[in-house]
Amino acid sequence: MELFTPDFGLVFWMFVAFILLFLVLAKWGWPVIIKMMDQRANTIDQGVEDARKAKEQLDNARAEAQKYVKEAQARQAEMLREAAKMKTDIIEEARSEAQTAAKKEMDAARLAIEQARKEAELSFRNEVGRFSIDIAEKMMRERMSDNKAQTELVNKLLDEIEKN
Amino acid sequence: MSNFQIFPLVDGLAYARRAVLGLLVALCLFAPSASFAAGHEEGGSLDVKGIIFEHLGDGYGWEVPFSHTDRIPLPVIVRSQDHSWFCFSSAGLTEKTEIIDPATGKEHHVIEPVIKTIERDGHVYRFMIAHVSSNKDKVVEIFDLTDAEQKEIDAKLADIRKTGDVDLGAQVIDGYVYYDGEYYREYRPLDLSVTKNVAALFIAVLLVMAMVFGLVRFYRRKGMVAPRKGMGFLEMLVGFIYNDTIKATLGEKTKKFAPYLLTVFFFILVMNIVGLIVIFPGGANLTGNIAVTLVLALCTFIITNIFGTKHYWKEIFWPDVPLFLKFPLPIMQLIEVFGIFTKPAALCVRLFANMMGGHMIVITLTLLIFILGAFGAAVVGLTTVVSVLFTIFMLLLDVLVSFIQAYVFTLLSTLFISMAQIDEEEHHAKEDKETLALEAEDLAAVAAQKERISREAAEIDFK
Repeated sequence: MELFTPDFGLVFWMFVAFILLFLVLAKWGWPVIIKMMDQRANTIDQGVEDARKAKEQLDNARAEAQKYVKEAQARQAEMLREAAKMKTDIIEEARSEAQTAAKKEMDAARLAIEQARKEAELSFRNEVGRFSIDIAEKMMRERMSDNKAQTELVNKLLDEIEKN
Repeated sequence: MSNFQIFPLVDGLAYARRAVLGLLVALCLFAPSASFAAGHEEGGSLDVKGIIFEHLGDGYGWEVPFSHTDRIPLPVIVRSQDHSWFCFSSAGLTEKTEIIDPATGKEHHVIEPVIKTIERDGHVYRFMIAHVSSNKDKVVEIFDLTDAEQKEIDAKLADIRKTGDVDLGAQVIDGYVYYDGEYYREYRPLDLSVTKNVAALFIAVLLVMAMVFGLVRFYRRKGMVAPRKGMGFLEMLVGFIYNDTIKATLGEKTKKFAPYLLTVFFFILVMNIVGLIVIFPGGANLTGNIAVTLVLALCTFIITNIFGTKHYWKEIFWPDVPLFLKFPLPIMQLIEVFGIFTKPAALCVRLFANMMGGHMIVITLTLLIFILGAFGAAVVGLTTVVSVLFTIFMLLLDVLVSFIQAYVFTLLSTLFISMAQIDEEEHHAKEDKETLALEAEDLAAVAAQKERISREAAEIDFK
């Protein structure tokens, strides 16, 4: 039967066509496709791996951020406490300084008052002295209005000087 | 005939199932009466075998769609008896003639072979497509008879007639061709014509190249982007064959054999599918032709044996079997050597038989309508519905078979090649692995026993 006896012409052309097809595809067809498919598969694998890593990193970063936030909060609290302490310190210091300053001022004032008092005393004494001299002068003048009394007094005074 | 195959295919693929079914039933019921007028019937008897083989076989021209009498001319390339080459169009080998049917008075066209005469260097060469000859439907070179030959033919004809009971038409006599009332001596030239099958082969090659280079071009253009739709399907097929079949079987030797196996798969697949399309550029029964499958199987055979390892040959000529099986009588060697040839032969026949069987069933189912035509319109209508439904089913099944057979051919080729690629070390490594596994099992058994004994001992102690 014709169907079961291979025809030479067809065998020949089939051989030629198939070898040609094979050579062309083996050179320029399949390697490109396979390379591209492998490359894409690798890229996808890499992508998945990267995504996993990224997620891990993100988780890590989140934890780290949490840690930092906590740390920052702790530091903030610390700082606030410190600031409060500093505030009280400063106030205390200011107060003591003010006290010392006030004391100094008061001392100075006291000194000045003392001074003034002494000066006043001095001037008062001088005044009193002057007054008494004036009074004495006036009294002397009253009494020394006559010569006798004058001479008497001069004598008396001279005596006194001689005694000294 | 082609009408009946076309409708199920085109409609079945394009529209909703129910609509198509209704349409088909209507078509089937009304079409037969029309097709009877123009149909194949000649003188009341239907040449079923002739029609089947015409559709399964090769030809020097390609039928123009929906026409039985027009052929697309193809180049005929032959080497004559005196070794000179000729190339001419197949259109010169046939002629369309008008025939008036004496019974009905209707005219219709038929294709008839004519003698193609070529004059070269003062010598006249004559070629024709043999009809009544042992080289039926092939191009032969013809020569006028000498007196001796005429006598021989007369004697033979007389012999044939003496046996009686043969119709007085032309008789097939070996070495001679009968044409138009006369016998000629025939010579079957070396025939490298681009026949219908060869042309279909070229179309299949171009289709495969277009597919593959389409994908390559896509990659060149779009780089790493994954293709969608048709290209995506193509890539999926490549991935399926390359990763799941070739790579899984051949391992690290994949790169060496993958191009061949992929080419084989896609070439067979395209040839199968194109063969199912009824009209030009399809319709050539390529993979259902033993020449095509033979070449493919031969390629697998050559590759398997050329690249076979030392261990492969050792397994054939000195296999690991008891000595009396291989010496002094080489029983195993005989079986193994036989096996080298039966494997590709099975490949060849499997693909051929599957595809040819599919085509044959479809044609026969369609012909059933005409065979049962003698029983009247009602029977024809019913047969048509059943036939067309079965034809659709068979064609759809053939699409599946096309894929499966292409896959099976590739898979078996891969297996045969991989079986010839086993190295000594691998073989031993496998054995070592097995022994290790066995030892592990033994150890486990021993451990279990120990545990049981210790448990029993504990129980005894407890008592």
